[in-house]
Amino acid sequence: MGLLSDPNRRRALISLLTRLNTPICIVCYMAGVAWFMGLAFEPFTLRTYMSENAMGSTMVEERFPAGERALATGREFSAHKKRTGGMPVEWLMKTMQAKGLEVFTQRFSRTLPFPDENKERYMVRGTNVYGILRAPRAPRTEALVLSAPCSPGDNNNQAVGLLLGLAEYFRNQIYWAKDIIFLVNEHDLIGMQAWLEGYHHTNTTGTFCHSRGGSIQAALSLELSSDIITSLDLVLEGLNGQLPNLDLANLFYAFCQKIGVLCTIQGKLQRNDWDSVSGYSHAVQTMMLMVMKQASGRPWGDHGLFLRYHIEAATIKGVNSFRQYKTDATTIGRLLEGMYRKLNNLLERLHQSYFFYLMPSLSHFVSIGYYMPAFGLLAVILLLRALDLWVQLSTPPQRTEDGVTDIEPVRGVLSLLTPLVISHLTGVALYMLPIRFQEMAVEHFPVSETEAVVLTAIAVYTAGLALPHNTHRLLSGEGTEQGWRVLKLVAVLYLAVLLGCTALINFSLGFILALTLVPVAAFVTPHVPKVLSAFILVILSPACTLLFSVFFFQELQEMPISFQDGWLLFLSVISQGILDHSLYGSLVYPLITLLVYPCWLLFWNILFWN
Amino acid sequence: YINIYSGHTNNWAVLVCTSRFWFNYRHVANTLSVYRSVKRLGIPDSHIVLMLADDMACNHRNPKPATVFSHKNMELNVYGDDVEVDYRGYEVTVENFLRILTGRLPPSTPRSKRLLSDDRSNILIYLTGHGGNGFLKFQDSEEISNVELADAFEQMWQKRRYNELLFIIDTCQGASMYERFYSPNLMALASSQVGEDSLSHQPDLAIGVHLMDRYTFYLLEFLEDIHPASKTNMNDLFKVCPKSQCVSTPGHRTDLFLRDPGSVLITDFFGSVRKVELTMETINLTDPIEQLESGELQKEMHTYADQLPVSEIIHQKPKQKDWHPPDGFILGLWTLILLVFFQTYGVKHLKHIF
Repeated sequence: MGLLSDPNRRRALISLLTRLNTPICIVCYMAGVAWFMGLAFEPFTLRTYMSENAMGSTMVEERFPAGERALATGREFSAHKKRTGGMPVEWLMKTMQAKGLEVFTQRFSRTLPFPDENKERYMVRGTNVYGILRAPRAPRTEALVLSAPCSPGDNNNQAVGLLLGLAEYFRNQIYWAKDIIFLVNEHDLIGMQAWLEGYHHTNTTGTFCHSRGGSIQAALSLELSSDIITSLDLVLEGLNGQLPNLDLANLFYAFCQKIGVLCTIQGKLQRNDWDSVSGYSHAVQTMMLMVMKQASGRPWGDHGLFLRYHIEAATIKGVNSFRQYKTDATTIGRLLEGMYRKLNNLLERLHQSYFFYLMPSLSHFVSIGYYMPAFGLLAVILLLRALDLWVQLSTPPQRTEDGVTDIEPVRGVLSLLTPLVISHLTGVALYMLPIRFQEMAVEHFPVSETEAVVLTAIAVYTAGLALPHNTHRLLSGEGTEQGWRVLKLVAVLYLAVLLGCTALINFSLGFILALTLVPVAAFVTPHVPKVLSAFILVILSPACTLLFSVFFFQELQEMPISFQDGWLLFLSVISQGILDHSLYGSLVYPLITLLVYPCWLLFWNILFWN
Repeated sequence: YINIYSGHTNNWAVLVCTSRFWFNYRHVANTLSVYRSVKRLGIPDSHIVLMLADDMACNHRNPKPATVFSHKNMELNVYGDDVEVDYRGYEVTVENFLRILTGRLPPSTPRSKRLLSDDRSNILIYLTGHGGNGFLKFQDSEEISNVELADAFEQMWQKRRYNELLFIIDTCQGASMYERFYSPNLMALASSQVGEDSLSHQPDLAIGVHLMDRYTFYLLEFLEDIHPASKTNMNDLFKVCPKSQCVSTPGHRTDLFLRDPGSVLITDFFGSVRKVELTMETINLTDPIEQLESGELQKEMHTYADQLPVSEIIHQKPKQKDWHPPDGFILGLWTLILLVFFQTYGVKHLKHIF
């Protein structure tokens, strides 16, 4: 007989499962965490390599000469920006036309659901200016984008200057096979969103773009705020944790090595001593920064919004720190020229290399096949618990009265539905109430709109903690032993599916949630000590995870902050999350409020079952 | 009597580049370099079938349009202004290549796209592109195998479409393509052995691609020293691009060739050489020209295989069969009839027979 169909063997297997359940769960958890930490260890990673045949090696000759002139143009731009107090549209149009591009503008306006205190804007109105360099001999079927944001104050003037300098140089070459679009967007991400929607004719917040260059193959966003730099930083993380194709990072790294510019990722320089403790911790820090940034689900550069349209994009930031070797604007121009010449050789979209990866340094990467088992080990814990509960449920209960056993299943289902529905209603309330009732909150309390939204969210979240005591009043009696087991089984499976789907799309978010929620799901029963477990449950809830992540993120960036600042940062993170969702369609906020929080509430419910 | 002279009266060349896309620039440059040498040594465009799978000279990414360079620093433009491409772009397919070789083209095909060779033609066939063990890739979508190629050459032999044939291939694992040849008078050269890759030579940074493959680069260097009156022979061609320069090991095959390679001139295949004899004597041509007696005529060395006897078509007469003794069935049947006869009518009649 087979292993599972032989009743003796099955009984032995099941007893093994129930006896060893907790030890196996603990071992799996340790193994999952260890696997994840081991990903940054250099022998377990692979060196990056160029996968796309058409891009070949870096054998082009870069000849961009006009770095100084580009900086002068940047200074002119800065002066005009100060004079107009925003985007100098006429000056930009005139300059781009003088360089031989076809220039167009796009107006857009957007009203945020509540004022954004970080960037101090509420009703945003702006103009994007873009110039198209038509390929001399090719049909207008494909395009590349180079963009620089028009930021208030003294930021990114050199970026716009370099963009215009490159535009002039590119215009004089005849080897372009794709159109190149030079874009200066106002109000960074909002303007970029409006431009992308207008270009692709999707639901727009601005007008449609008059003229197009074909389908965009790749895009680079430039952020440069100083005349000379010491290093270039590459930013890959985009909206909802989506990453561009690894070939784009490989291209950047290859050109950095060829030209001799210092290149970093996550702002951290690469180290060669991977076998020492400090070297390994450095790699771990770099990887954890990437994980944190990816889990937040927000675009960390203007490039982040391109990824949704299957356009590979990255942001290049110029960093000026205290180092001996400085790089001037001509060299940066040459690097960009080389990258664009190689992107010009592409015959199809970048697809040969990985789309899902983690980078502990710019020259090493970990692909999805290597990092997924870390999450898989955590998900196995949930499945083991579910099996254990299933076994417990199917052993016939020791009952003295026969009549009670009949109504058990019916009562079981009813008692199951109530917590589920109430938890999800709380989640819906957490999703919708903060924005809906901000006016009412502002009327009654002396707070600004942003604070009202955030504090309403926290209030609804905390109110949800009081629920278990209330749902029991709805039930016609106390919960039964059977009842909480069924609820826990459903909750554990629900959590497993939820975390699995999240990890597929955004591994970092799924893994961080799994790290905190899986122990919760595993150990919670009505019989554990109430006060201590309640405390642990709150510590491991999504909101506290977010709070700890904020502090941890600041630590990783070597800018540790005090508790007061940390709390304020935490509040601003919540408001940014809500804004990202309504402006760009980020999915982190709905995921947490509508799915993860109700799931956690179910476990809270189980804790207070009796 | 060893035949050291080729006995050919005309030369043809079929030059094929099988790969497309900008990063395969070097294959087009290879083919055009050989084209240029072959034209310089005398083979006219009407006797060259040039097949290029992609247009590099007018590619949007070419910073010097209408040129294809084979040396870096743009020293040598092999495209020129007198290149005649017969099969271009998507017309370069395995089917078209095999049809050219075997002559099975539709009647509407123009003469410039045909290989109109006869039994006194020496043909040079040059192939380049991406290949593997036993195949050559055409256009990134189909392949020709070494068996197909060998069969095509056998068809050419049976239809008397060549006198001698030189086959050069510059791809990875090129030697596998000539392993299966079995027709006479074939000589083959390849840029690398099975299991080896043929490497590219030098990149040009202004254009951004590799310009030539190593084997053809050194082959071109070798051919630049050949002029129509050179007496250089095939043994020198076999020495082109040793392992130190090519990194791969070039190979060659001469076992199917009837003459000794040392007596085969390079110009027998790469050039179109006309031997001129000067004579100081006068030759009397009688009017009308008298017929020589049939005995002095040299006997035809080859005969046509009688594939389609005309007499059969016209007269539709069945062939005369030779007489065979009756086979066992007839004999047995007659014996049975006889025995039954004598059984019925008694044995005493037997003495009437014997």
